[in-house]
Amino acid sequence: MAAFERVLTRNVGKPEALTLKGYRQGGGYEALAKALAMDPDAVIEEVKKSGLRGRGGAGFAAGLKWSFIPKSKDKDKPLTKYLVCNADESEPGTFKDRLLMEYDPHQLIEGCAICCWAVQAATCYIYIRGEYTKAASILEQALKDAYEGGILGDSVMGSGFKLNMYVHRGAGAYICGEETGMLESLEGKRGQPRVKPPFPAVVGAFGQPTVINNVETLCNVPHILTRGADWFKGIGTDEKNTGPKLYAISGHVERPGTYEYPIGVTFRELLEGAGGMLKGRPLKAFIPGGASAPVLKADMIDVKMDFDSVAKAGSMLGSAAVIVMDDTTCMVRSAARLAKFFNHESCGQCTPCREGTNWMELVLKRIEHGEGSERDGQLLLSICRNIGGQSLCALGDAAIGPVKSLVDRFSEEIEQHVRDRACPFPKRRFFDSN
Amino acid sequence: MSVHEPESMRPAGPERRGGGFSAAARAELDEIRKRYPTTEACMLPALHIAQREWGGWLPDEAIEAVAAELDMPSAKVYGVVTFYDLYHQKPVGRHRIRVCTNLSCQLRGSEEIMETLAAELGVGEDEVTRDGNCSYVHFECLGSCDTAPMMMVDDEYHENLTPNRVRQILKGLK
Repeated sequence: MAAFERVLTRNVGKPEALTLKGYRQGGGYEALAKALAMDPDAVIEEVKKSGLRGRGGAGFAAGLKWSFIPKSKDKDKPLTKYLVCNADESEPGTFKDRLLMEYDPHQLIEGCAICCWAVQAATCYIYIRGEYTKAASILEQALKDAYEGGILGDSVMGSGFKLNMYVHRGAGAYICGEETGMLESLEGKRGQPRVKPPFPAVVGAFGQPTVINNVETLCNVPHILTRGADWFKGIGTDEKNTGPKLYAISGHVERPGTYEYPIGVTFRELLEGAGGMLKGRPLKAFIPGGASAPVLKADMIDVKMDFDSVAKAGSMLGSAAVIVMDDTTCMVRSAARLAKFFNHESCGQCTPCREGTNWMELVLKRIEHGEGSERDGQLLLSICRNIGGQSLCALGDAAIGPVKSLVDRFSEEIEQHVRDRACPFPKRRFFDSN
Repeated sequence: MSVHEPESMRPAGPERRGGGFSAAARAELDEIRKRYPTTEACMLPALHIAQREWGGWLPDEAIEAVAAELDMPSAKVYGVVTFYDLYHQKPVGRHRIRVCTNLSCQLRGSEEIMETLAAELGVGEDEVTRDGNCSYVHFECLGSCDTAPMMMVDDEYHENLTPNRVRQILKGLK
């Protein structure tokens, strides 16, 4: 494919971008200055026009989400509103937001500040997962510099707009990436998702209207302001899948890493960009969007990696975390590992998810250990049916993604485990010398 | 915790010292209070501070100290502690090792990393070595899948691991 000028990752590999001075020399905070000179509603309109969809997993239109935030009726008594930036990146296979925070913290701060201006929020919390200590300290330093440089505080860039921004560290819980679980956690509670409606745009953090956006989503915003919605719309597959996108590729490829492409690059191109399959082995399967996304077979290699194309192919783009598996991979074992993850991370609030994820792990492990029965495939589907749509948040539905796709697309492998009373794949050793 | 040697039961960090937050910890918490409209929102930051103060884990007295600082029932604090993986309710080693074993790392050899740790440290998962130096656990995805297999030692990421590299890292943990 034609060379693509990196947008979101343009500062990766430029350590000077970590400092306020270095970031500004590269045109940083010009987008914020431009936004502050605009009417907040005009900023929302521009983001709406760009077609930017949430990069956290759900792909919800970002501008539309902002427009749901109620306006203050009385100028003298402004509504308290919040922006919570979702930096709780915990979807297995995903590591793109960490890169954005560690290499270009001011890009995120600028995106957050523009969003706060657009919805007139005076406080922003960046909720970062507790394990990301390095990213958290880089952000803390960048925030300190931004306060000292007049970017944040009582008068953002001299505009009179008051904005405070804080890093809030989580403590290790996948469910806190779910937006209402995150709000509970921010408020100092167990991160158990809330009943919706009301949605966070109406009743969010501390009972106030709240926008929640993913790190990558917010990092797109300064570029939309600087270069315009039309430029942004010109990148991507169609008007519903626009802009640059980060793809985090891991597993059996030669050069795993975070790659930036126009959204809608094909999986084949992604794979080639990552140096192809590890040691040239054949592709067996890939997960296109993190642990929650149903696994696809190798015949889907030409799928366009955008929201709608991946959905059409029978999976989801999710966080665009692409996990690649070669022909030595046992699909039952892979699914069992993901089932273990969802069982561990289910918050326990809704019975179908709490109990169902446990049963999925147990049944998959028994198949993997050669103790499965012929009925186990159907049993797994039955558990999936009893979890799907039966829980308050999306974790239950996410948990059935890898399991249902295993039964639907790799049933012969389950049957082989049951028939042989053992896993047909030899345990792979990666390191020769002990 | 499985008890294999009585010595391993002692806290790896400073001895229990009684009392609540130190003056420095309280000053840190007071700064944090200004960030939130409610006191309860200081819960996670307060627990992070307490865990550091109490040598890497949260004995009952640490939980009670947080409850006292935030003026909340200790049962409520306890409920939060049990929800999150990074809060420990039993002694840990001076160095805490977390090995990512989720799918991307599993596909690149994380099990061999776990085996190496078990062999080198001579204790099981979530147990503390006799000298109190180390404890290790498998962990869910740590967001470093492109450098699999990987592990986190205290706050530090160690990436592209091999068994030999793990042995070198362990030697450096004194």
